[in-house]
Amino acid sequence: MSTKAYPGRDAIKAKGWFAAHRWLIIRRLSQFAFLGLFLIGPLSGYYLVKGSIASSLTFDTLPLTDPYILLQSLAAGHVPEMTALVGALIVLAAYLVVGGRVYCAWVCPVNIITDAAHWLRVRLGIQGGLKFSRSVRYWMLGMTLIIAFLTGVLAWELVNPVTLIYRGLIFGLGWAWGAALALFLFDLLISERGWCGHLCPVGAFYATLGRFSVFRVRAVYRDDCDDCMDCYAVCPEQQVIPAALKGAKQNTGPVIDAGACSNCGRCIDVCALSVFQFGSRFAGPTNPARRPPADTKLRTAA
Amino acid sequence: MKPQGIIDGGARNRRKFLADTARTACSIGIAGLALAHLVRGAQSRPANAVRPPGAGADDRFLSTCVRCGLCVNDCPYPTLRLARIEDDVAVGTPYFVARDYPCEMCDDIPCVAACPTGALDKRLTSIDDARMGLAVLTDKETCLNFLGLRCDVCYRVCPLMGKAITLEYRPNRRTGEHAAFIPTVHSDACTGCGKCEHACVLEEAAIKVLPGSIAKGRLGSHYRLGWQEKERKGEALVKGITDLPDRMPEGRP
Repeated sequence: MSTKAYPGRDAIKAKGWFAAHRWLIIRRLSQFAFLGLFLIGPLSGYYLVKGSIASSLTFDTLPLTDPYILLQSLAAGHVPEMTALVGALIVLAAYLVVGGRVYCAWVCPVNIITDAAHWLRVRLGIQGGLKFSRSVRYWMLGMTLIIAFLTGVLAWELVNPVTLIYRGLIFGLGWAWGAALALFLFDLLISERGWCGHLCPVGAFYATLGRFSVFRVRAVYRDDCDDCMDCYAVCPEQQVIPAALKGAKQNTGPVIDAGACSNCGRCIDVCALSVFQFGSRFAGPTNPARRPPADTKLRTAA
Repeated sequence: MKPQGIIDGGARNRRKFLADTARTACSIGIAGLALAHLVRGAQSRPANAVRPPGAGADDRFLSTCVRCGLCVNDCPYPTLRLARIEDDVAVGTPYFVARDYPCEMCDDIPCVAACPTGALDKRLTSIDDARMGLAVLTDKETCLNFLGLRCDVCYRVCPLMGKAITLEYRPNRRTGEHAAFIPTVHSDACTGCGKCEHACVLEEAAIKVLPGSIAKGRLGSHYRLGWQEKERKGEALVKGITDLPDRMPEGRP
């Protein structure tokens, strides 16, 4: 797989800058919007949302709890109260609809850090470094639950950079910025997309949900693909693409159904030929003939 | 029969798979050990870090608290805070330092009501039943009341004045003609709110809230207190015992 330094140039030419960054912009807005909802309270004194990303209460009625953190608590030997259980079920149901690792790409603040590190890594031409298997995160997930079980403590929450940083931003950062900096430097200098793409057990948990989630990226017009490789270059989880994009011969469907896909939508952005779309996992198979005529013109333009 | 030393592709893949798996498992095992070591550190907490009402023992609390901060949001005073990385308390968990700002013992216990997981136990319905810690008059050498002065501040600020802290009358031996009023904490009433420690007028408080496990002793289960047994029975259990001679401790002035 070749990795282009600057994927998406053709898409900018074909669709314009905004259309070629559409999902990236919406995603950043989403990340800051979630953080903003939590910050309104401490900043203004008027609380829409209380708590933090671990567990929260919206409008004094809607409880939401991170199911992975609650799973740690269960492993540690505590059956939580109804409020937390209901909150976790709501969150679980939501991610089963919108896509498990939507948490990673649309909510988690570490995504901004890891994307920034990757952006700089490409521009500074930093290559090589530690390589981890993509499966290490699942080992990490198992390890965090085993340690919670053995010690009776929510062990991962002592180091979890996601909750550490989020809590820090809401309740006072202290040295939590050090965790953010460490992650940035790790991804920049030591391992490409190391944390979010390979190690984070939170991502592994949501990836497990993602295998069953309804909303997915679909390579709807995969027959149009001209192998420019821009989607591979921009995708933080390249391994999820080929099965859907090149699966016509093997008769596999156009849905990117790997749990690791975070529905970030960058492949949709950078594809000059608009091969990818968001859609339901259960929508019918691709039909190239259905492509709107306007788009066919675009192909010749590109 | 295959020549020796040549391994077919399937076997090579199997070997690689096994080697990779073993390597990953070992690395994760080391990471797990490091994490378990961190847990050991998190299980100890400075004596002046007090948990909110209903938290119970720390080994339970650390398995139940998801570190969300909802209790801190609903605490109407600047009492509760979440531990930061640099604090010596398990990161993200709520606590307070009584000397900085004590628990004001709200009647509706909003912190407990806010807790979504039950880490702060909802069976705690009256704040007077809370046992966040136990006030201990740790320094009898500097406490003004012990010196024979009438400070009384800890006694007066106590939300359970006369129950959790009483003033016990003793003769003042220094002057030989005055009284000393000794602040005395009663564990059956003290909630550990820390108002006494907060209010103590000394530069370093002479009365401090300590975790119950540090503050309290425990009688052996076989101990029988003669005067209680006597009261229960209505008369002495054993009759006709001669009194032993009373001895003064050695080195007494």
